[in-house]
Amino acid sequence: MTKNIILRAENLRKAFGGLIAVDDVSIEVQQKTMHAIIGPNGAGKTTLFNLLSGTMPPTKGKVYYKDNEITSLPPHQRAHLGIGRSFQITNIFPNLTVLENVRLAAQALGGDNFRFLSHVGTFGDYIDKAMAVLAQVGLAGQENVYARSLAHGEKRKLELGIMLACDPELLLFDEPTAGMSSEQVPELIEIIKKVVNRKERTAILVEHRMDMVMNISDFITVMSQGNVIAEGTPQEIANNQLVQKAYLGDFYGELL
Amino acid sequence: MSEHKIQRRMTIRNLLQREKAFLIFILLMVAFPFVLGTITGTGINHGVTKFWQGQLIVFFVMAVVAMSYDLLIGYCGILSFGHAAFFGAGAYTTALLFTHWAPSFSTKYRIFIPGGGDITGILIFAFVILMAVLASVLVGLLFSATSVRLKGAYFAMLTLALAEALHILAKASDFIKWTGADEGLHGVPVPAWINPTQFRPRFYFIALVFLFVSYLFIRRFTNSPAGKVIIGTRENEERVRMIGYNPVTYRTLTFVVSAIFAGLAGAMFSMWNMSATHSMTSTVITVNALIMVILGGMGTLVGGIVGAGLLQAFSHFFYDWFGPRWPLMFGLIFIISVLFFPYGIVGTWRLKRLQIKEGWARLIALLAVKKE
Ligand SMILES: Nc1ncnc2c1ncn2[C@@H]1O[C@H](COP(=O)(O)OP(=O)(O)OP(=O)(O)O)[C@@H](O)[C@H]1O
Ligand SMILES: [Mg+2]
Repeated sequence: MTKNIILRAENLRKAFGGLIAVDDVSIEVQQKTMHAIIGPNGAGKTTLFNLLSGTMPPTKGKVYYKDNEITSLPPHQRAHLGIGRSFQITNIFPNLTVLENVRLAAQALGGDNFRFLSHVGTFGDYIDKAMAVLAQVGLAGQENVYARSLAHGEKRKLELGIMLACDPELLLFDEPTAGMSSEQVPELIEIIKKVVNRKERTAILVEHRMDMVMNISDFITVMSQGNVIAEGTPQEIANNQLVQKAYLGDFYGELL
Repeated sequence: MSEHKIQRRMTIRNLLQREKAFLIFILLMVAFPFVLGTITGTGINHGVTKFWQGQLIVFFVMAVVAMSYDLLIGYCGILSFGHAAFFGAGAYTTALLFTHWAPSFSTKYRIFIPGGGDITGILIFAFVILMAVLASVLVGLLFSATSVRLKGAYFAMLTLALAEALHILAKASDFIKWTGADEGLHGVPVPAWINPTQFRPRFYFIALVFLFVSYLFIRRFTNSPAGKVIIGTRENEERVRMIGYNPVTYRTLTFVVSAIFAGLAGAMFSMWNMSATHSMTSTVITVNALIMVILGGMGTLVGGIVGAGLLQAFSHFFYDWFGPRWPLMFGLIFIISVLFFPYGIVGTWRLKRLQIKEGWARLIALLAVKKE
């Protein structure tokens, strides 16, 4: 892998009719780092994630994962390469139990998916894996609750659990704390810090909460109106005039 | 609706525990001909005992149709209006082969096992059933291929059109030599040992075993790793894709399994009637499957059996009570049941809650004239 770049996007563009949501974006993500993407509402962060995870084809540009081009690979094949994604708008299996939500994900890459005459109960490994993930995200004890009846904060944890159960090498977090009250946020941040475990995994984190990004990321890309307007270490970003104008202004304004 | 809690060890005991209701039902059905035969004193191959076995045979076969439909709509969330095509493909393949191929084949060739026994009849039977399954699987694959591009109501309309095409084919006078067109094929020479008029109890038990095995197989399928992915596809296709499953593959698998059982049911039905008529490919079959599944409870599997039993009973008794207008009465009951038990009989039973208040609200909303 060249220079330990696990994911590289080249001149990505996504247009929705006349609206250009992502405009000529190139990013490089270093292996085993926490790479944050920040930017105001509508900057194109989720759209960029859709292009990276394969949910949408780009209008132009290329995506490379470990030096292999994956631009036109469908999402399920990217999952098999080790790319996992969580969603900004909770995207779970509402009428399945919490355990089954995560067990289904744990089973996905295990090679038993076409066993159609054995009971799932005989595949204990996936259940154990799911239980471990649930403990990790703080949902232990809720295994048999239907996902639809969880509180919002718990749904966000389940959202992460589903991604984690696939054991991805590269984790794409799209605003994991979206819609959570500020008392609930620190717990989730701790969970993310723990699971990303920098020696093992790489994470790309889209976040609105600046304080969080500044504290836990190694590298930050700032987007605005579909463009990358700055990138650098948290320190560099904090000192960047352009960023302060486009985004951080509010944040420091709030702090003062 | 409700997925069972996962049990790790599948001992015989907890299998018996979980399938208690179904097993009791099967035992009752096993006892039925003997009990009724003894009570009425007709013996099991005569009179009312014979007649009621006939009614139950149709119920068993239709229950399998309902379960195969539930697999599509209840477990995989696929709305298809073409189920009659699977059923009809199985029925026609069976009748066509028994009529046009089997007699000439068996006069030309005889197949013996090394000991000297003649197994030609058995082999012909096995081959015909296999071909019936193959024919409906092909239709299933055609459906699943179109489901890649079309979704929801558009897909449902296309399946309706495809099934209708088969229906027209069955009625077409161009193939009258083969299919009998409007008349259909009658007096199909099914193997003598399975002849439903001569050996009613035998056919009854074959149909019962067919239902029993189909249920166990489909139940296990829905509880298998593959089945769980299929349920996941119903719940949230985007997420299933993101965790590494290709929904198209699992939908195709569902279509194949569903088509196998619907096709087998078609084969059974055509052997039972010793005929194949275009009504076996008509939308009535699909609508009945839909009614049975909704009435019994979608995504419950046993619901299909309950629904099939009810439909069969209604069609029998309502005809006596209301004459040829019975579907009207039945339609009324169906509407009420959809309003008050939207999860069907089995689903409502599991939820342990009637939706009386919600039901009235739905009824009022249905009847109320909207004020602009
Ligand atoms: N599927 C779509 N069709 C049309 N327009 C879209 C679509 N998805 C996003 N957009 C538009 O693209 C722009 C970027 O949206 P995007 O969701 O990527 O922003 P974001 O940075 O994730 O914003 P937020 O912080 O609010 O989540 C917005 O103007 C949005 O309205
Ligand atoms: Mg977004």
